[in-house]
Amino acid sequence: MLRSRVIPCLLLQNKGLVKTVNFKDPKYVGDPINAVKIFNEKEVDELMFLDIDASSTKTGPDYALIEKIANECRMPLCYGGGVKSVEQAQKIIKLGAEKIAISSIVFDRSEIIDEMAAVIGRQSVVVVIDIKKNLFGKYEIYTQNGKKKIKRGLDKTLSILEEIGIGELVINSIDCDGKMKGYDTELADHVRDLVSCPLTILGGASSQENILNLIERYKVIGAAVGSLFVFKGIYRAVLINYLDNNYRDKIFKIASERKN
Amino acid sequence: MIGIIDYGSGNIQAIRNIYKQLKIETFNVIGPQDVPLATKLILPGVGAFDEAIGKLDQSGLRTALDKAVLQNKVPVMGICVGMQIMADSSEEGTLKGLGWISGSVKCFEINQTNTVPKLPHMGWNDISVSNHPIFDGIDKRVGFYFLHSYFFKADKKKDVIATSFYQNEFDCAINNENIFGFQFHPEKSHSNGINLFKNFSDIL
Repeated sequence: MLRSRVIPCLLLQNKGLVKTVNFKDPKYVGDPINAVKIFNEKEVDELMFLDIDASSTKTGPDYALIEKIANECRMPLCYGGGVKSVEQAQKIIKLGAEKIAISSIVFDRSEIIDEMAAVIGRQSVVVVIDIKKNLFGKYEIYTQNGKKKIKRGLDKTLSILEEIGIGELVINSIDCDGKMKGYDTELADHVRDLVSCPLTILGGASSQENILNLIERYKVIGAAVGSLFVFKGIYRAVLINYLDNNYRDKIFKIASERKN
Repeated sequence: MIGIIDYGSGNIQAIRNIYKQLKIETFNVIGPQDVPLATKLILPGVGAFDEAIGKLDQSGLRTALDKAVLQNKVPVMGICVGMQIMADSSEEGTLKGLGWISGSVKCFEINQTNTVPKLPHMGWNDISVSNHPIFDGIDKRVGFYFLHSYFFKADKKKDVIATSFYQNEFDCAINNENIFGFQFHPEKSHSNGINLFKNFSDIL
């Protein structure tokens, strides 16, 4: 049976790895290639790299760095950040990524999804949506590192994506980012009912137990993890880590007990 | 030497890195003149069916590959879309496949009442394997990484050497004589993938 995916999500800035809190205050946590090597050893399910400057500073994807990362990865790789065209997506797939994450461009012209699908395959087109709750408790979409608010509502956006068809949806909670206080399951519940593609939840993972709870709740889900897999202890010392074997076994068990 | 077919689709470097780690030599097959130098061939692939077969046609490799695989019986291993284009046809596209193993590529039939995600089939899944040396040392429970919405349906049951389950059982590895195809991504499947590449280099 298909298992849920537990995915370290690593942020890139100036060729280094950083970790943010609520999308702010990026803290340097190390060298991306070194991190990939450690995650190879730990045999992680997948890796996601998001370049947090590529879109907002208009520098575009750092192909040389992506190539180095892809060459090192012995697990599937999803790259996001600054991808605005089919040509860019195709180039990154050719460098060895399996999936391309797009975000802001989707709100400018959603046709990009079909255009990319025709070339790289629909299964490799990933849409990341950054979400923040407003004062009235309503979920709102942001792009450009949480700086630009999108007028179109979440439900409307999801129905458009469902109609077009995408490979994967990543829901990234700005409010939960870096807080390590648990996933926003209210948000995840809401989204799960509205889309049928593979869904990955990012933001807030607080413990291995928290990840397991998310997986138990949805049975098949992507659990993306930032801070928890790069920091250790209350002083947030940098230490790359992953699920313990007993948690991996529990994830196997959840999959094998599923009926479909 | 193992030749990896470089026609602009699929992750060539990841495969070469695994073989480098295994201390097994590989090279990129770029033009028809490279094909006879290969004692084994790997046909990778990522993307849409027509895009992949179209690129292979444009590469000018087609005739040389047909000759190597069908006449000279050079062992060949197709990965993901590289496996799918070995079929006769695909529901994903309108172009004809290589026709190396009889079968067609079909879209998963998805039961709308299920609550699990539908398409694509994305992630790690276990496999059921026949007793074939290509799977020596492989942990079936861990399985491999899949990323696809279409799968190879072999016409002949005897060509199927492994199946997996996603809403229904489907063929995930095929073999007929010197021709192998894998729907999953061994180049992205950690130690199981490394074992599979090692086994492919050891066979025949």
